[in-house]
Amino acid sequence: MSSVEYETVIGLEIHVQLATRTKMFCGCPLSFGDPPNTHTCPVCLALPGSLPVTNAEAIHYGLMMGMALGSELAPRSIFHRKNYFYPDSPKAYQISQYDEPLCLGGRLGDVRIHRVHLEEDAAKLVHVGASGRLHASDASIVDFNRGGTPLAEIVTEPDLRDATAAADWLRMLRSTLRVLGVSDVNMEEGSLRCDANISIRPAGTAELGTKTELKNMNSFRYIERGIRAEAARQEAILRAGGTVEQETLHFDPRTEAITSLRSKEDAHDYRYFPEPDLTPVAISQDMLDRARAALPELPLARAGRFERDLGLSDEAARLLAFRTELGDYYEAALGSGSGAEPQPLANWLGNELLSRLDADADPAQSQVTPAALAQLVALVGEKQVTQGGARQVLDKLVAEGGEPAAIVEAEGLGAVGGSDELAPIVEAALAANPDVAEKLRGGDMKPIGVIVGFVMKQTKGRADGGEITRLVRAQLGL
Amino acid sequence: MSDVTALTAKQAADAIAAGDLDATELFEAYRAKAAADELNAYTWVADEAPAPTAATAGPLAGVPLAVKDLFCTEGVPSQSGSKILEGYRPPYTASVVARLQAAGAPLLAKTNQDEFAMGSSNENSAYGPVLNPWDRTRVPGGSSGGSAAAVAGGSAPWALGTDTGGSIRQPAALTGIVGLKPTYGSVSRYGMIAFASSLDQAGPLTRDVTDAALLYGRMTGRDPMDSTSLQHPEEIVLPTAERLDGIRLGVPEAITGEGIEPGVFARFEETLKLAQELGATVQRVPLPHAEHGLSAYYVIAPAEASSNLARFDGVRYGLRVEAPDLLSMYTRTRHDGFGAEVKRRIMLGTYALSSGYYDAYYGKAQRVRTLIADDYKRAFASVDLVVTPTAPTVAFGLGAKTADPLEMYLNDLFTVPISLAGIPAISIPSGLSDDLPVGFQMAGPAFSENRILGAAYALERAIGFDATAGRV
Repeated sequence: MSSVEYETVIGLEIHVQLATRTKMFCGCPLSFGDPPNTHTCPVCLALPGSLPVTNAEAIHYGLMMGMALGSELAPRSIFHRKNYFYPDSPKAYQISQYDEPLCLGGRLGDVRIHRVHLEEDAAKLVHVGASGRLHASDASIVDFNRGGTPLAEIVTEPDLRDATAAADWLRMLRSTLRVLGVSDVNMEEGSLRCDANISIRPAGTAELGTKTELKNMNSFRYIERGIRAEAARQEAILRAGGTVEQETLHFDPRTEAITSLRSKEDAHDYRYFPEPDLTPVAISQDMLDRARAALPELPLARAGRFERDLGLSDEAARLLAFRTELGDYYEAALGSGSGAEPQPLANWLGNELLSRLDADADPAQSQVTPAALAQLVALVGEKQVTQGGARQVLDKLVAEGGEPAAIVEAEGLGAVGGSDELAPIVEAALAANPDVAEKLRGGDMKPIGVIVGFVMKQTKGRADGGEITRLVRAQLGL
Repeated sequence: MSDVTALTAKQAADAIAAGDLDATELFEAYRAKAAADELNAYTWVADEAPAPTAATAGPLAGVPLAVKDLFCTEGVPSQSGSKILEGYRPPYTASVVARLQAAGAPLLAKTNQDEFAMGSSNENSAYGPVLNPWDRTRVPGGSSGGSAAAVAGGSAPWALGTDTGGSIRQPAALTGIVGLKPTYGSVSRYGMIAFASSLDQAGPLTRDVTDAALLYGRMTGRDPMDSTSLQHPEEIVLPTAERLDGIRLGVPEAITGEGIEPGVFARFEETLKLAQELGATVQRVPLPHAEHGLSAYYVIAPAEASSNLARFDGVRYGLRVEAPDLLSMYTRTRHDGFGAEVKRRIMLGTYALSSGYYDAYYGKAQRVRTLIADDYKRAFASVDLVVTPTAPTVAFGLGAKTADPLEMYLNDLFTVPISLAGIPAISIPSGLSDDLPVGFQMAGPAFSENRILGAAYALERAIGFDATAGRV
């Protein structure tokens, strides 16, 4: 048994708060962080006699999402009541789409989409007490500001095979949703929330194992760690000859502990039935046309365009396309008329500039304008400044901003160009190292670094390594 | 003017508009009567007449309105006949009440009702039963029994009720007044404390057909707060026709007299004869699925109610029975707050929606509902109106049916299928049996209220029902 290799099978359920102006079924504005219970009305408080009215903008966003994911769109929007009794649900039911989701099927990257449906968010429970969690809290208080916020639930097929892939795919989904403009997709604020269905099976087998559901991990790091921890827990159970129980689990990122929230036996009977307070709404051609017209270029398409039209590497194209702000910065730089080549520009942005900024920072917010970066890359391309010199210029740009050419000039970082200027220095280097010159002449190129180093020292790093090598070969008649 | 409360609402409105009657005087006259009511028709009566405003110049001219308890009225108790909402004063007013207030009908009083509109006798109210003004040992029908007793007894000129399976028509019949259950969706439900959302519909209870047309005409209209509300395609007009020439009345084949009190059936047959004398034709129509209406209704309505009533948990409004922990607070509040009939229907509905039973109960009931609606559509291809007695009996004695829920449910046999079909129907008084009023029901296709009101007006004139014995 112990020789069996296991593979993890992961499907994700993602709840996305839609960035509509008002709530899903009433006119209250959406909010985050406002004083509790300041954005409520008879409808979202579920006062007796109140009735829901569907937010047309949420349907519009749902259609955009379906189109972006290549889903089959439902011919009509219809909602059900999902009955459950809990203090965060003032009606004691959630209005949700059930057997007719707005979007069915689809795909993003390598992962198939099972469905996307619309529903309303619950109110926020704040557990008062030391633990901050329900268990062992002294009291729970309810903030209805969040109650009724439009949600889209995106359910994937179990197509992911490891924790890193799951987190990477979720990033791709997040950037897609961000580009669509349908959500703030902020995990810390809860506008993007992810549950993972996890099972393991002997590698190479087709049958799915018993899955568990890991709830509500609120960062990409926690998702990776949570999935890894749960897969390890399941593997330990199977290797010990046990069986995995179907249950809903909570992952504590501080302790890595996984605890059970409820077992299969505790599963609710939600007593779904069609919401009689809402009439089904036919999805008209006009609604479809408006959704299609509102679709921007999506990250995967943008990555494809970067590869195809600009010749960028797959890695660079994805980095720029999936981080929208990087792609926008890159395209602004490319369009600034500097003459910078696409791939070097992508490298300078992705490797050099980003490493000088805070993680996840938007370079557009830095001192370095897109035009300045492009000009710097162009100077490198024209050999007016060496890679090393350009890095020093970039340090300066990040610290103070400014014009690359002016900094090169002011700091004396211009490349020691042409053979006229370099030739005498190379000649001096060879003269100063006769033993090296002898070896080179004999065809042993290993010690050429000594010559390059000599020249670099003389030119304070402003010479181009390739040019030095060329001059050495010329002067030695190689 | 001698007794201003003897006027119908239309007569009073005309007198106010002509300057012959003062709106405040009228309000005070009714307020005094309502405050002195001995039928337990009211759960709240206004302290004083509202200040005269421009609204009295509106089409309803300041004629006061009694409103069933389950309509939310801002700052005024709105308890839906339930202990669980005892003392609840909503922060907003139901759309239809606000609409009528704007048209010049100030709020006179809130009327007693069966708890959450569940009942046919008004004996399910947490605030005590309502007495029938024709015979105080008898029920006024339900669930809008308070509204019916108020109008029949003369302590309100007119009233709002709601009808889910007969709750306007049956009490109207049992108290000798006019009750209109409009097309589902033609009156906003926003602010009506829900019983069964797909069936609940507000309508007028009035002394005559003209008043019903006047009030309904100001109730109907699309409301952006109610997705299921619809704009009526026609302006509601006050009926004037005195004849029924060319009107084809259809009597369901199942109406044979069996299961109907003889006196009630006799009045029904006399009314048909009268209609023929006015030029109408009478024919039989098959409604093959109507006999399953009651069964389907008692799945669908409780199912929706079980969900609608889940929000009453003691947390945010209404009754709270304190307990050491949350779950006990919930269960004790609901134990003490709901009456027996409400609990029965919550249980029925919860069962019908449960996993594994949905298709057998709720799903099947909805299919029956569709078949019944199709039956009526077919019937209206050959007749203009389908007519039946409103209820199989006259008003029955207090306590006579409380021990047997099924017996009670059977009183809605003729009203329930129409509710399931979502179509409009009216009940008008058609005479007496054992000195108690008998109702005649006419149903038409969706949005045929003008047709129904027109025929009802002609029949009303011909019948010449004398309602004075019901006046208090």
